[in-house]
Amino acid sequence: MVMKLSRLGSFHQSKLSFLRSFIREFKSWNYKRNLFDLNKDGYGTAVYSFEKKGRNYSLVCFAQHIKPEERSDRVIATKWDSAFVLHDGTPSKKDINRLRKNVPKQEVGRVTYKELTLSRANKSVRAFDHVVNSLSEGKQPDKELLKKVGYLYRTTAVYGSGKFGLADRFRIKDRKEIYGPFRLEMMLVYLVRQFTFDQVNHISKCKNSKKAVMLDESIARNLGIGNSTGLGMAPFIVNHPTLLHNWIYCREKALKEIRSIKNVNENDFNIFKNCLDKSKKNIDTWLTNSQYQINKIDSLKTDLTKFFEHLENLNLKKNYYLWNLIYLWAEKNLQEECVEYIVSMMMEPYDSIIDPLINNMSSEEEKYFNIPADRKVFDLKKIIEKNYKSIIEIDFQDKNSTSNFWFISKNKEEPRVANRYEEHGAELEQPLAIARDIKKLYEKLTKNNQKETVANFLLNNDDLRHVVRRVFIVEKFPYSEIQDNTIDASLVPIDMLRLKLSFFGAVKFDPRSDKWLRINMYQGAPLPHEMKSSNDNWVYNSLN
Amino acid sequence: MQSFSEIDTTSKRASKAAGFSWGVAEEVGKNMRNLEMFGLPGVKNLNLYLKKIKKIPSEKLKKIEKKNKPQSKEFCPIYCGTAFLDNCKKLESLKLIKFFNVSYPLLLLPFLSRSSDIVGKKISVKYEKNNFLLNFDKTILSNNINNDKTISKAKEISIEFLENNNSFSTKEWKELYRLSEETFVEETESLKKKGAGAGLTDND
Repeated sequence: MVMKLSRLGSFHQSKLSFLRSFIREFKSWNYKRNLFDLNKDGYGTAVYSFEKKGRNYSLVCFAQHIKPEERSDRVIATKWDSAFVLHDGTPSKKDINRLRKNVPKQEVGRVTYKELTLSRANKSVRAFDHVVNSLSEGKQPDKELLKKVGYLYRTTAVYGSGKFGLADRFRIKDRKEIYGPFRLEMMLVYLVRQFTFDQVNHISKCKNSKKAVMLDESIARNLGIGNSTGLGMAPFIVNHPTLLHNWIYCREKALKEIRSIKNVNENDFNIFKNCLDKSKKNIDTWLTNSQYQINKIDSLKTDLTKFFEHLENLNLKKNYYLWNLIYLWAEKNLQEECVEYIVSMMMEPYDSIIDPLINNMSSEEEKYFNIPADRKVFDLKKIIEKNYKSIIEIDFQDKNSTSNFWFISKNKEEPRVANRYEEHGAELEQPLAIARDIKKLYEKLTKNNQKETVANFLLNNDDLRHVVRRVFIVEKFPYSEIQDNTIDASLVPIDMLRLKLSFFGAVKFDPRSDKWLRINMYQGAPLPHEMKSSNDNWVYNSLN
Repeated sequence: MQSFSEIDTTSKRASKAAGFSWGVAEEVGKNMRNLEMFGLPGVKNLNLYLKKIKKIPSEKLKKIEKKNKPQSKEFCPIYCGTAFLDNCKKLESLKLIKFFNVSYPLLLLPFLSRSSDIVGKKISVKYEKNNFLLNFDKTILSNNINNDKTISKAKEISIEFLENNNSFSTKEWKELYRLSEETFVEETESLKKKGAGAGLTDND
């Protein structure tokens, strides 16, 4: 049930989330602002770094002037307020000059194997200008306005793993500090956040050196980095099955271990209640115009009220396996949105359960690429019957079941989804209609000689090779497959985005349509100079 | 410089565009990544081959035997390779396999290299004065590494599974072992009693 899209699309950030594990890992590293060469308007170059035992990662920032009409969060934009790259080591002047020519161009520029992640961001003009104006007049900005926005800059893409010439993952995968997934992407976003604070302070000072004040750290701490995310992220979870498995498996393993605790310690239970209590304020500041999301938030609020009433009647001392009782009650009485919320909170007291899981959330995908083609058709059919039960029940003769198709747009090389029966291009469909192709494979296997090898079957059916590979993967990795039809008329693509973003640690999901949404990252996170003494519950401190 | 990830993705998409299924195109993407990583001109050969089959499609093979001749002009190295990879455990017993008239034979190599890893045996490949030794998909050794001449057709390709034999004689091994013994400490009666983990008698 956990692999249903509606469930996956109800996930929330948790202790397993990558931006939280990034801070836990890098809190012992030395942070430094190495270069800050901006003009009075805040345009120029800056470098920030993390260093430990001779290893160094440097964020190189390029801020430039753009016209208001050039500012767009859409992937079709060609200019951004700032562009960023994470460089492996300390960049030389030559490196910075090379990067200056390429990084602001993003997709049409080229970087090298010495660079690890690449991104760009636009100002939230409303928040940015207000903060600069207030600070330059010697006042702190209006907290209410900032509460509504939540950040000064919004990133519109963060690239890694070999894109546009960036280092391939194999070059760096053995570094222990980056065992957790997306750790360098998380580092980039974290350092970008600090750049945005330094930039507003700098511009305000240049604007009015006598009166200007620095942005209050308690206000800065409650600002994150926004992100606009479109469909680019959705195919990722289909194209990386073993990685998806590891994420969900770690979450399920954590939940299982927590539910198996016989005597729940009072202190642990209080941590849970405290996080739950504090997080209520975050839900109240979760604003969106999307009716889809408003309904989800309303259901969460109503269910949480129910849950608090239930909690009051629970006696910690009288009940063994309290977490299990809570989970079973939640499953029976609450909607998915709230069940997942409670699951995230249940992880909070248990560093000893969560920490060992973090390093298992990456995947050596190459290891599972080869098809064990010496196995028999009978085996393949049995695996499908066991692992795709609901998929093989779908009627693909019904037009609604094949309503959508996924394609790559020619002008931006980004994934898109469209109606197969209304738009052109379905002949160039991407291999993301897994449910439909699994059903087709199953039907062919059923009519085939069961004793034949898969190798022989593939000689005549190579159009199904991509799903044969997946079936053998799912045999080993049961959480590697979304158990839903990703081309059905009822598909809500943002459920796929939310799954990934929740593992990133994003909050304040704000769908702008069924195909893209805005989120916030690092809201409430410690500032770099506070990292060493920070605790992991910072995510619940924002806006308190 | 293009990253290996870019080479993989672009090769996969180009292969699909040239008419291969997505599953086969995925194999090609991975193979081009491997060839380029081993320093062999995969992208160059693939580009030429895909252009060629847009005009004249190559022949897909139905079954691999000890000797394989195309019914029409040329075999497709990608279909030959896919079939070889899928059947490699069975083909190992044939020891020596020959293909005749194969287009762009370099494109067959990464499939054989992966087969070497699956079977656990080195594979020797010979065609048109080129010799390759495929080592469990870890390395590809070639006698012709600096020759960037592209071979558009191999009249004959010999593929041999090599037995896992030592590359040295028993005498050479004994000599080396004797030298390694010089790092050992001669045991006295006292060391026998105090230095070992187990007891002096194990009958208690």
